Amino acid sequence: MISALEAQGVDTIFGYPGGAVLEIYDALKTSNIRHVLVRNEQGGAHAASGYARATGKVGVCLATSGPGATNLVTGIATANMDSVPLVAITGQVPRSMIGTDAFQEIDITGITSPITKHNYLVQNVEDLPRIIAEAFYIARTGRPGPVLIDIPRDISQAVTEYVPVKEVDIRSYKPTVSGHMGMIKRAVKTIKASRKMVICVGGGVVASNSTAAVMKLAQMKNATVVSTMMGLSGYPASEARFLGMLGTYGNEGANLAVQDCDCLLALGMRFDDRVISTPGSFAPNAEIIHVDVDPAEIGKNVDINIPIVGDLRAVLDDLNTQLEKQDDLIVCESLYPQIPLPMSDGINVPWTMQLVESLVDKDKTIVTTDVGQHQVWTANSYNFTTPRKFISSGGLGTMGYGIPAAVGAQVACPDNLVIAVTGDGSFQMCMHELGTILEQELPIKIMVFNNNVLGMVRQLQYHYSGQRYSGVHFSKTVDFMMLAKAYGAAGYQITSREEAPEILKEAFENGRFSIIEIAIDPDDLCLPIVLGGHALDDMFLAPEV
Amino acid sequence: MKHKVAVLVENNPGVLAKVSNLFSRRGYNIESLVVSDTEDKSISRMTIVVDGDEKTIEQVTKQLHKLVDVIKVNDLTNDDTVCRQLLLVRVAADRETRGEIIQLMDIFRARIIDIGRRSLIIEATGDESKIEAILKSLQPFGIQEIVKTGISAMVRSPKEK
Repeated sequence: MISALEAQGVDTIFGYPGGAVLEIYDALKTSNIRHVLVRNEQGGAHAASGYARATGKVGVCLATSGPGATNLVTGIATANMDSVPLVAITGQVPRSMIGTDAFQEIDITGITSPITKHNYLVQNVEDLPRIIAEAFYIARTGRPGPVLIDIPRDISQAVTEYVPVKEVDIRSYKPTVSGHMGMIKRAVKTIKASRKMVICVGGGVVASNSTAAVMKLAQMKNATVVSTMMGLSGYPASEARFLGMLGTYGNEGANLAVQDCDCLLALGMRFDDRVISTPGSFAPNAEIIHVDVDPAEIGKNVDINIPIVGDLRAVLDDLNTQLEKQDDLIVCESLYPQIPLPMSDGINVPWTMQLVESLVDKDKTIVTTDVGQHQVWTANSYNFTTPRKFISSGGLGTMGYGIPAAVGAQVACPDNLVIAVTGDGSFQMCMHELGTILEQELPIKIMVFNNNVLGMVRQLQYHYSGQRYSGVHFSKTVDFMMLAKAYGAAGYQITSREEAPEILKEAFENGRFSIIEIAIDPDDLCLPIVLGGHALDDMFLAPEV
Repeated sequence: MKHKVAVLVENNPGVLAKVSNLFSRRGYNIESLVVSDTEDKSISRMTIVVDGDEKTIEQVTKQLHKLVDVIKVNDLTNDDTVCRQLLLVRVAADRETRGEIIQLMDIFRARIIDIGRRSLIIEATGDESKIEAILKSLQPFGIQEIVKTGISAMVRSPKEK
């Protein structure tokens, strides 16, 4: 099994041992694969996801049966929603004991069937090399996603000759690569005639490494570009044509552009409700061209005028080739305007993240986030310019993702500066991984924005519950500096704008694990916001004074 | 509207669970489901009757396709198909009514497969409307128990030369 993993190019596994995986751990000891011992299997799954998103390779996590496997579930579901290539390996009780409610037995293939792209319960040891090869193939091809392999103890105890798998051929799994030519021609016709075109970059642009092709099309047409949260880093935010994120928590300019445009080219995205806000009111004037590798995403949430199923890069190359041949291509006269993010006085997240941006080498800096206000602010203020340098839980919105994902990213890219941006709420959801950071000597920088509240839920209660705040206030403050000390990290506190540059600079350059606590105002809101039932251009811009 | 969907799947353990799981998780309603092996032992065929509008059925088909174990999905609703369903029904029958029931069942080409002192078991195959008609005709005698399979469907062979 380890040979089969090595044949897939696996160099790192994030795992946690246990009774049902003893033999696997025994074999791991003498292999060339680096094992990163996490502190909770959820952290292992998130770290493998961070590793995968930083590199584009398949991330691997390993857990024992029962609670080990169930702890993976949140991480697998997070990867599934964000189309992250992941292989999760779990131990299982011996085949003879399956179904008897044995110690640490759980039906993990049953539990994970709705949250994996595919899963296997291995029945014969001879099948193992084929299953591992198939699992990696399925995880990384088509629309990437997590695949789980459940291995009963007697299978991992069995001895067999390793027969390498030459080629994977699954008759029931053939992802579409090239787009339908007829549809591409229709798309070319629409794009050609558009006068106010917007391109929306989704996570698929990052996953398929299509940035250059998107830039080419955008320049040719002088189109405005917006992005989903998953698409961030897929298009250089430094360009004037890039207006940032659209959607519920999107940039004002981006939302106005989408609602006004006459042609929307949607690339590798799935029209999530946080992106479109209210179906039926989304991009009312636009012919929507949707390119996605997953046919089930076409027309699922929004009616599409021109659907193209295929690998994004292949389709974009075709579109670009065709568009270049057109003599009568209309170039958009002007770009939609950028609208700056509103910002409160004093120290806040957007201001701090813009400062961070100016202090680091962005080509070699990975920013992970947790989930909440700090995530939205980071997405809206830090200008991501290099693909795979932004790692955040988009679809599932998993608090606790940021720190373990940073572990995976730092292990994958040791020469990068890895910054985990988090809040005091999210921080405490997976803070057990501080132990992993300590042990692996990872120089991760955790920036924890502390407002003593669960800010995003509080903001939702501000809008939807008439400012009746319930269950969102932390009445006792964590001493993050003591915590830093306990985990061998350098601790820093920032309380004003004046001291921020120097402290951040020092923390980023000290070469070691650091926790930087930044106190922010709990009343600060993520603005603008599109409230439920409203169209994207009907934004809540600021509270009435 | 009801749709008949034929699904060819790999004959792997757990595949039925994956398919039924998909229906419940996405809120699609299965009216009936028949699974059997096929001429190729490695492939099973499911005939699923599902209720929903065109958009729902399109999503059902696409989501089914996404399951790695699913080889092929065909919506048979608009095809010219032969559909059959098997019915077993226990109906109250004494010496007085037995003859009448047997006569009735002859019309439907249904068969009596068991006779007890106070009841009969009848076996019938047919499409949905025939099965419904049989049940309606038996109603006055007192239906005691009904067992039905789901619908099995096959596309008719081409007739032209």
